[in-house]
Amino acid sequence: MTTAAASHDDHHHGPEKGLMRWVKTTNHKDIGSLYMWFAFTMLLIGGALAMGIRAELLQPGIQLMDPQFFNSLTTMHGLIMVFGAIMPAFVGLGNWLIPMMVGAPDMALPRMNNWSFWILPFAGGILLSTFFMEGGAPAFGWTFYAPLSTTFAPDSTDFFIFAVHLLGFSSIMGAINIIATVLNMRAPEMKLMDMPLFVWTWLITSFLLIGAMPVLAGAVTMMLTDRNFGTAFFDATGGGDPVLFQHIFWFFGHPEVYIMILPAFGVVSHIIPTFARKPLFGYSSMVYATASIAFLSYIVWAHHMFLTGMPVAGELYFMYATMLIAVPTGVKVFNWISTMWRGSMTFETPMLWAVSFVFLFTIGGFSGLMLGIVPADIQYHDTYFVVAHFHYVLVTGALWSIIAATFYWLPKWTGKMYNESLSKVHFWWAMISVNVLFFPQHFLGLAGMPRRIPDYALQFADFNYISSIGGFAFGASFILLTYIVIDCVRNGKPASARPWEGAKGLEWTLEPKAQYHSFNKPPSRKLILEESQNS
Amino acid sequence: MKRLTTLLSALVGLMSTNVFAEYGLNLTEGVTSVSKDIYDLHMLVFWICVAIAVVVFGVMFYSVFAHRKSKGAVAANFHESTKAELAWTIIPIIILVAMAIPATKVLIDIEDTSKAEMTVKITGHQWKWQYDYPEEGISFISNLSQDSKDAVNGTDADREKANNYLLDVDKRLVLPVDTSVRFLVTSSDVIHNWWVHEFGVKQDANPGFINDAWAKIDKIGTYRGQCAELCGKDHGFMPIVVDVVSKADYAKWVSEQQAAAKAAADSANKTWTKDELMAQGKSVYNTNCAGCHKADGSGMPPVFPPMIGSPIANGAAADHIAMVLHGKGAMPAFKMLGDADLASVITYERNAFGNTGSVVQPSDVKSAR
Repeated sequence: MTTAAASHDDHHHGPEKGLMRWVKTTNHKDIGSLYMWFAFTMLLIGGALAMGIRAELLQPGIQLMDPQFFNSLTTMHGLIMVFGAIMPAFVGLGNWLIPMMVGAPDMALPRMNNWSFWILPFAGGILLSTFFMEGGAPAFGWTFYAPLSTTFAPDSTDFFIFAVHLLGFSSIMGAINIIATVLNMRAPEMKLMDMPLFVWTWLITSFLLIGAMPVLAGAVTMMLTDRNFGTAFFDATGGGDPVLFQHIFWFFGHPEVYIMILPAFGVVSHIIPTFARKPLFGYSSMVYATASIAFLSYIVWAHHMFLTGMPVAGELYFMYATMLIAVPTGVKVFNWISTMWRGSMTFETPMLWAVSFVFLFTIGGFSGLMLGIVPADIQYHDTYFVVAHFHYVLVTGALWSIIAATFYWLPKWTGKMYNESLSKVHFWWAMISVNVLFFPQHFLGLAGMPRRIPDYALQFADFNYISSIGGFAFGASFILLTYIVIDCVRNGKPASARPWEGAKGLEWTLEPKAQYHSFNKPPSRKLILEESQNS
Repeated sequence: MKRLTTLLSALVGLMSTNVFAEYGLNLTEGVTSVSKDIYDLHMLVFWICVAIAVVVFGVMFYSVFAHRKSKGAVAANFHESTKAELAWTIIPIIILVAMAIPATKVLIDIEDTSKAEMTVKITGHQWKWQYDYPEEGISFISNLSQDSKDAVNGTDADREKANNYLLDVDKRLVLPVDTSVRFLVTSSDVIHNWWVHEFGVKQDANPGFINDAWAKIDKIGTYRGQCAELCGKDHGFMPIVVDVVSKADYAKWVSEQQAAAKAAADSANKTWTKDELMAQGKSVYNTNCAGCHKADGSGMPPVFPPMIGSPIANGAAADHIAMVLHGKGAMPAFKMLGDADLASVITYERNAFGNTGSVVQPSDVKSAR
């Protein structure tokens, strides 16, 4: 018994030392950090591919690569950013923050947590290895429409299918873990409507993941059998239908869009009240709006497919349903602005990113509303207008919130403060360059430039030139971001337990650098109410 | 540097409508009733979005400037208002309904192809368009024009010199003005999308299925478009050019095409000499094959194999014919080409680039189909 007691004590002293700490860890903070660093690495790789795309598009003509390789770049850029960067980064944030926010010691399923992370580097490695295979990497776009991705695809596609399966396992396990943690590990005194919005948005996102990822797995499995075992799900000559693929893909793909933005809404709903020093406006309507967006996300998938030859009744239904999403999304934007209204605002770096999120994400929302109008979509579909739209919601939406969250919680993660003035320089650099990069793409799309082309007619040359220059500047801003984060971890000044004056939330009641096991005793009802966003 | 100065002067004058036109900042109004309706709808939704943006961002930025701690602002403590929440749920719904009504009207008009006076069948192939006029018995294939192909890897001067770089073809679709045309759109391989901006027509071409769309073009002229669905390597290099002509010119063009079609059918029945096959084969090769296998037959290994010393080009003729007719993997099928064109290009591949294959006659291709 004495040895058991001793080893039990050891367990509380902290992590193992050395590399094996990271391989064997079941701690939510370690795994959160692994997810964040993995996502950041993939962000840099995906960004490097985007630099290749913008370099080829800098001027008319083919200068750097053959068109097939260009298609591989756009495909892999999309896949890596969606599955390698944005999704793992949110799972990383969820891992780090959810146990602290619900007053739990750790995640509910720590060993599965370890497994769901360690699948990722292998899946990412398999995906990237396709670049070195005969026939080249997948080159059919991140949406991999059949039959370009089945009958006409390079051999490496089977590796891509395997990688997608692995990424899907990882996401589903991550989602199960978050649901189990929120529902079972939450402090007994914390009611659902006491939960911080980041926890709420992640809980709802987890249900989206569990609903959507198996559909993606089904789609790639049907691709696999079409390619290798003689089935014809997507092949008209065998009685299949290529449009069926698009229905299945977007039945996954549209919830996927909200998987990448709902946690972002959660992050922003923490940062804005903190720096406005004012409670979040409309807590319960924020929760209900998130739930309605999640529900609507399952019934609008075919608005990606208006040109596939859908009957007019289908087009009308999907147009109306799509337009409805503007209502709960609008509620969120209005609530954030009402939170700022008559506050006492300061603009530290996280707040700059959050306000910029509200501004730029809403621009992406407007172009989204325009795209939902079927007749207008006929002209916008598959042009750079669409490229501009989804980069406004995914880069200046999802990615912006991840960067905002990193600056906001970095003091709690490291116990140290980042360099505020350098971070502001970085913010303005990224803010200006990202708009130089993506805003002109609206014009290109309206003027008629299709997406996914390696070369273009001469009337598109000027805006592509501007866009590429903006792209290089935006890409370079991540070098500065890397420096700022490493500098904070290594040389940052000690931070206080609650470094932001107006911050609320259980995580700020922990030590300046949150202890290895967050809450060994559940917080009291009094503490929960003091720190609740639903005041 | 020259580009930079033109850019700067453009940005300085950004507000003048002249620059708007020159730099293509907006949708075109187009030349059909549908494209004009779409343009009006686009502008309506755009201005509604601008109005909402002015109000929402106005309030937000006013707050950002006025409600700062550094200006001594003291935080209020309100955090809900049922009235406000109801207002900003109901008002957006009313605005959305106001947008949905005109959108529905335009959409129903777009989808009604019943009033067509003539039909053109459009088939997408990797990476060219085939146009069939089923009632007139005309059929031809439209490829990216040679000067654009040459300029892709050339200099800026080549691209300036090329006629409508990347937006020009060797054989144009010809349509009569003021006539309601139904387009039947399909594909022989992957999904393509036939898009002419100024017609407001953009329709997916799905293999094995036929979609339809229509246009009644108001104005004589030349209109250009592109494939709008990723369809593989040369997706960016399969443009569309439509000549819209008077009804009389259209009738004349139809009779010329019918005569040419008859001559081509006759030539496929005779036996060709090797020189004739080689001469025609070279031009067919450069149009259809050189994109991947290169004009000198070197290919782009490992994805696209070289012609030089190719086991297929030097092997049995039947295998070679089957490969070109039906394709394999990344190699598209070419069965839409005529017997004479196929026989000549296969003969060319088997005897150019130092290869030593046999001669293939149009009759061989015909029996292999």
